[in-house]
Amino acid sequence: MSTMNLYSRGDRLFVRLNMLLVGLFALSTLYPFIYIAAVSLSDGSAASAGTVFWRPIGLTLAAYDYVLSEPLFWSSYRNTFIYTFGGTFVSMLIIVPGAYALSKQQLIGRRYFNLFIAFTMWFNAGLIPFFLNMRDLGLMDSYFGLIIAFACNAFNIILLRNFFESIPKSFEEAARMDGANEFQVLWKVYMPLSKPALATIILFCMVSRWNGFFWAMVLLKDEQKIPLQVYLRQVIATLSNDEEFGASLLNYTYSAETVTAAIMVCSIIPVLLFYPFIQKYFNKGIMLGGVKE
Amino acid sequence: MVDENISDTSIASKAEARAAGETAATEGRFVRLMDHFRREWQIYVMLLPMIIWFVVFLYKPMYGLQVAFKDYSIFRGVADSPWIGFEHFQTLIDSDQFYRALRNTFLISFYSLCIGFPVPILLAMMFNEITHHLFKRTAQTIVYLPHFISTVIIAGIVITAFSPSAGIVNQILGWFGVEPIYFLIKPEYFRPIFIGSGIWQEAGFSSIVFLAAIAGVNPSLYESAVIDGASRWQMMWKITLPSILPTIIIMLIIRIGNLLEVGFELIILLYQPATFETADVINTFIYRQGIQGAQYDLAAAAGLFNAVVAFVLVISANTISRRLSNTSLW
Repeated sequence: MSTMNLYSRGDRLFVRLNMLLVGLFALSTLYPFIYIAAVSLSDGSAASAGTVFWRPIGLTLAAYDYVLSEPLFWSSYRNTFIYTFGGTFVSMLIIVPGAYALSKQQLIGRRYFNLFIAFTMWFNAGLIPFFLNMRDLGLMDSYFGLIIAFACNAFNIILLRNFFESIPKSFEEAARMDGANEFQVLWKVYMPLSKPALATIILFCMVSRWNGFFWAMVLLKDEQKIPLQVYLRQVIATLSNDEEFGASLLNYTYSAETVTAAIMVCSIIPVLLFYPFIQKYFNKGIMLGGVKE
Repeated sequence: MVDENISDTSIASKAEARAAGETAATEGRFVRLMDHFRREWQIYVMLLPMIIWFVVFLYKPMYGLQVAFKDYSIFRGVADSPWIGFEHFQTLIDSDQFYRALRNTFLISFYSLCIGFPVPILLAMMFNEITHHLFKRTAQTIVYLPHFISTVIIAGIVITAFSPSAGIVNQILGWFGVEPIYFLIKPEYFRPIFIGSGIWQEAGFSSIVFLAAIAGVNPSLYESAVIDGASRWQMMWKITLPSILPTIIIMLIIRIGNLLEVGFELIILLYQPATFETADVINTFIYRQGIQGAQYDLAAAAGLFNAVVAFVLVISANTISRRLSNTSLW
């Protein structure tokens, strides 16, 4: 297929047209990011008048100055890190040993435990019972509550269990000869052999934690505990309707648009920095994700 | 007579022996079980936190679903609130709002299925035709990116871009002499905007599955087609597409199984009372009635309805997929 000279004229036209279309699709995917970045760096009046397209008009960092001087921005940013890393750590603490146990043939009732986990993929009690349960458990408005309540999901467990099952038994035999217990076998034999699967699950967990907002919005009342996404939502909701803020802007070089855009950029930057790692693993993750029981 | 006696005693002794054997076997099984736990207790310890987690956070709410049949009061709690049978379901059936939410859920799902489902397939087929590797990798990197972006940011981008004064969409329309439109308060624009942003966010990432399927197509098919003088356009439609048809069917079944799963988080961020007419889906209805309006029992009833329909859809989708392709989803 790589021998270019085999192509007819029609084929060459087709290849170019195809490239053009894919390029356009990629550009239209990229464009909103460029637009938001340009708005965030623009003068407030230009952004409000809608004259920003590709590049900042009246380049200024005023919006960033405003955002970075907000204590709530920093606390919510810190909280997002707590939820992302704390949440992923707790997830791993529960999922990894659990999936390991499920992968062991000698586990009595293995079939039923598997069904017990998988059933939650098909049937879910829904928002309200979950919410009432959180309240009854006294887990509202707490870091721990938000972290523990979303620690597991059946998909990740099954994915990891399948990976553990695919590791030949011969690998653990040497360790067992040396008298290693299950925890040591998991830690010293299985974990190192499962790096791609573990990396995939860690990334799934981190991405969903970083981006999650709905339950954080519902469960957290204390502003000091909200993550970045909830803060961003509040800013979008209040800035765009707040007349007082609008009036106060007359003297400034930022506007509601540039401020929200600046927060969005601040929230995207860590994802972009992390993106090369994400990309390395998610292809594998999708392949691993051929979930079967 | 004698013979009978003999046979009687022999039967009795046999029964005795069997009983004795059974006790021994039960004891043996019990001993073996204890022995098993003594040897293998560690894997049960490893399993325990996960099982507890599932009980506390997923199965206990299922028990809590009974509020759907109760007159729930916060002070009495889930267990002690009085039963009222199907009253909440009756209220839902009689309510225009619930009917509207149901209709919107299916319509939004159906439209995004019809419009959104073919896009990643086409995209994967088009990626496959690109021979320039750097271009291909760059384009893929870009189109996968929105999948990793938070819903709040997507909403922020939509709100900014469609704003009547500052938004780029109205600016461009202005060049053609169109008066600024406040898109987000017009019911007729909600679904196109919602479905469009869904495609923008997920089409690229969803194409990975189809690209993987294309990678598995036997290369000799293309080789013999080239010898027969087929053009790339012909190969794309006559070899690539039919070869990935099983994957397409499975993905379609999964999508139909998840028909009720509309991205309600984005809807919550984008809708307003003015657009409820076309935007309000079951989950946003539950959120408004239950969490915002504290009508927990009624909202739980709507949720139960939703969960049961979703369960039936998923199970039928899996059964169909097993029949069709011998590959069940779990």
